[in-house]
Amino acid sequence: MMTASTMPGAGHAAMARIRPLLMTGLLGLAIIGVAGFAHMDVVHNAGHDYRHSMAFPCH
Amino acid sequence: MSVFRNTVFLAVIAGLFAGIVMAGLQGMFTVPLILAAEAYEQTGAPAPDHDHGQEVAASDHHHGEDAWMPADGAERTVYTVLVNIVTAIGFALVLVAASEAAGGIAGWRQGLLWGLSGFAVFTLAPGLGLPPELPGMPAADLLARQAWWIATVCATAAGLALIVFGRRALLAVAGVALIVAPHALGAPQPASHETAVPAALHHDFVVAVTLTNLVFWLVLGAAVGVARARFAEAMDAPQSHLA
Repeated sequence: MMTASTMPGAGHAAMARIRPLLMTGLLGLAIIGVAGFAHMDVVHNAGHDYRHSMAFPCH
Repeated sequence: MSVFRNTVFLAVIAGLFAGIVMAGLQGMFTVPLILAAEAYEQTGAPAPDHDHGQEVAASDHHHGEDAWMPADGAERTVYTVLVNIVTAIGFALVLVAASEAAGGIAGWRQGLLWGLSGFAVFTLAPGLGLPPELPGMPAADLLARQAWWIATVCATAAGLALIVFGRRALLAVAGVALIVAPHALGAPQPASHETAVPAALHHDFVVAVTLTNLVFWLVLGAAVGVARARFAEAMDAPQSHLA
């Protein structure tokens, strides 16, 4: 597998990691947002017991 | 692209494992209490739908009566397990992104510390103002509670980061202030806390939710630490001080 450390210079390598890490974090937040916070009935009903069990604001 | 691919792969493995563990814990400790509360809810207010707090039903309630919902029993359990796994991967993605920005989780022991941080950010802090709710309990406007929950999670995460990674004492003080601020403002509360749900049942639920979430975050953090060791070569990059 390619590694970020093949990038020349530590500064560039750090910069090269920011964007993919941001994408990873935003993907995770999007998933949590839909599963825990979306107001759509179907999503709410499917995740009802999970939302209560995670103390997400529900209803 | 490889950093993104590796972090997602790592998060999927750790999240899958922690999500399955959490689904089992919820099935044992929290879901039975939710079902018990629904029995009170149904005797209190004869609504066909199970998710009507009396106050909320009058105000900001937009769950259609005709909307699909899983049938009680096996189908409902399957959906709870699925949502558990998917969302655990979501939490894992956030945890991996944050920890990689700080240099990555080296081993299960560091993973436990990161897991504790996740527990503090996503369970402890919002739970102080908005304790876990059972169905049938009165609550303030949903949007206001969601906004407070999200703001509290963001402030706590930023505050912890300042305390742990800030180089100056002043930054640590600012971090503490950020963690305290949402509670000084106060979470949205219902006009009345009266409910048909017994206080003892609610107390048990708060304990069950808090402890299952603690175990979930410890398992998730440790799992990321263990799984990451396998991809250490690929994930290894010069220490960056993004946090």
